[in-house]
Amino acid sequence: MIIASIDYFDYDENVLLTKTGGIGLEKQDKQQVTRRQFLVYTLMGVGGFMLSSITLPNLRFAADPVLQPKEGSDLINTNLKVDELTNEPKKVEFSFKQKDGWYEKETTQFAWVYKDENGEIIAHSPVCKHLGCNVEWNSSENHPNMYFCPCHKGLYYKDGENVPNTPPRAPLDRYDYEIRDGYLYLSTRAKEVKG
Amino acid sequence: MLTKLYDWIDERLDITPLWRDIADHEVPEHVNPAHHFSAFVYCFGGLTFFVVVIQILSGMFLMMYYVPDVERAWESVYYLQNQVAYGQIVRGMHHWGASIVIVMMFLHTLRVFFQGAYKKPRELNWIVGVLIFFVMLGLGLTGYLLPWDMKAVFATKVTLEIAQSTPLIGDLLKTLLAGDEHIIGAQTLTRFFAIHVFFLPAALLVLIGLHFLMIRKQGISGPL
Repeated sequence: MIIASIDYFDYDENVLLTKTGGIGLEKQDKQQVTRRQFLVYTLMGVGGFMLSSITLPNLRFAADPVLQPKEGSDLINTNLKVDELTNEPKKVEFSFKQKDGWYEKETTQFAWVYKDENGEIIAHSPVCKHLGCNVEWNSSENHPNMYFCPCHKGLYYKDGENVPNTPPRAPLDRYDYEIRDGYLYLSTRAKEVKG
Repeated sequence: MLTKLYDWIDERLDITPLWRDIADHEVPEHVNPAHHFSAFVYCFGGLTFFVVVIQILSGMFLMMYYVPDVERAWESVYYLQNQVAYGQIVRGMHHWGASIVIVMMFLHTLRVFFQGAYKKPRELNWIVGVLIFFVMLGLGLTGYLLPWDMKAVFATKVTLEIAQSTPLIGDLLKTLLAGDEHIIGAQTLTRFFAIHVFFLPAALLVLIGLHFLMIRKQGISGPL
């Protein structure tokens, strides 16, 4: 038969078996990729490509909010003349259009603003650093001249420093400010005070 | 008539072994409340699944009216509850079912724990059960926001702050969940909606499938 004289290839062993005169077997180069391996690699490659082209766009889509560049905080006109500020913290409301994805809405925030001894303007965020209620200036009879949070009786001194042994564990955040034509402009986001 | 229809299908597809494999098996005496009343403790797993079915059904029907949009979510819930016939019933099923499913699951867990049914060879089923527990909590959490009332928003605020307190990746995690760095708003609502209605139920069905597959393979644990 003709078949008996033909060299054949053992696909699992990656060895070319040659019958030479019916004696002995010749081994070929081990590096050679077998047909089976080639097909496995090709299928894995194509399968991997298909799988990733299905999943990756979706994952990037879902993670978009995390990867968006951080928006700078806009400065908003409070319509308050800086001359009107005193040593006493004053509740200053300001409104702006807040962008939430495709949804824009007029939002009102407020700040506690005063001038310190050096004439420097301090604008505190009213959000309590304990659990996020709004603090009020001088609203507790037992604790005059302090910021008081009605939710869990958190207290802050006038400079925003949290009173020890009350719930808050950090000083009140501060808004950035700017003075333009005598009017006070405040940032939309308050910043944490370090230290 | 029905028999004929069944025979007609069975002749072509040989479905009898399929459903026999799933449904036709003996309930051992020690788990049958008809023999020992105290065996009712074995019902909690099945009851959990029963309530899950109610949740999926009522949830599907609630979606016929509900809109996951900040302007309209609350009103759509108000409308479906108060204007639509049987709205109170359907929303009530989903609302109370959400609590009952947690209770049933907890009782089921207690039974498995105190009977030691989680021990070898059923460790894997215990692990899958714990994953189901987390998915259920996730479903309860994401569903809580959807009516978009004050309670929902503030509960979610607390949740997101808990997520934010995760070491190292807290901020990322919060933004990923809320859809915005600072705002709990339109993007949070649609995200929670998608998670509540598609992602977690899909995970739940896969896990429950595994749970049942394993209990059929290994059989129920023996009497104490």
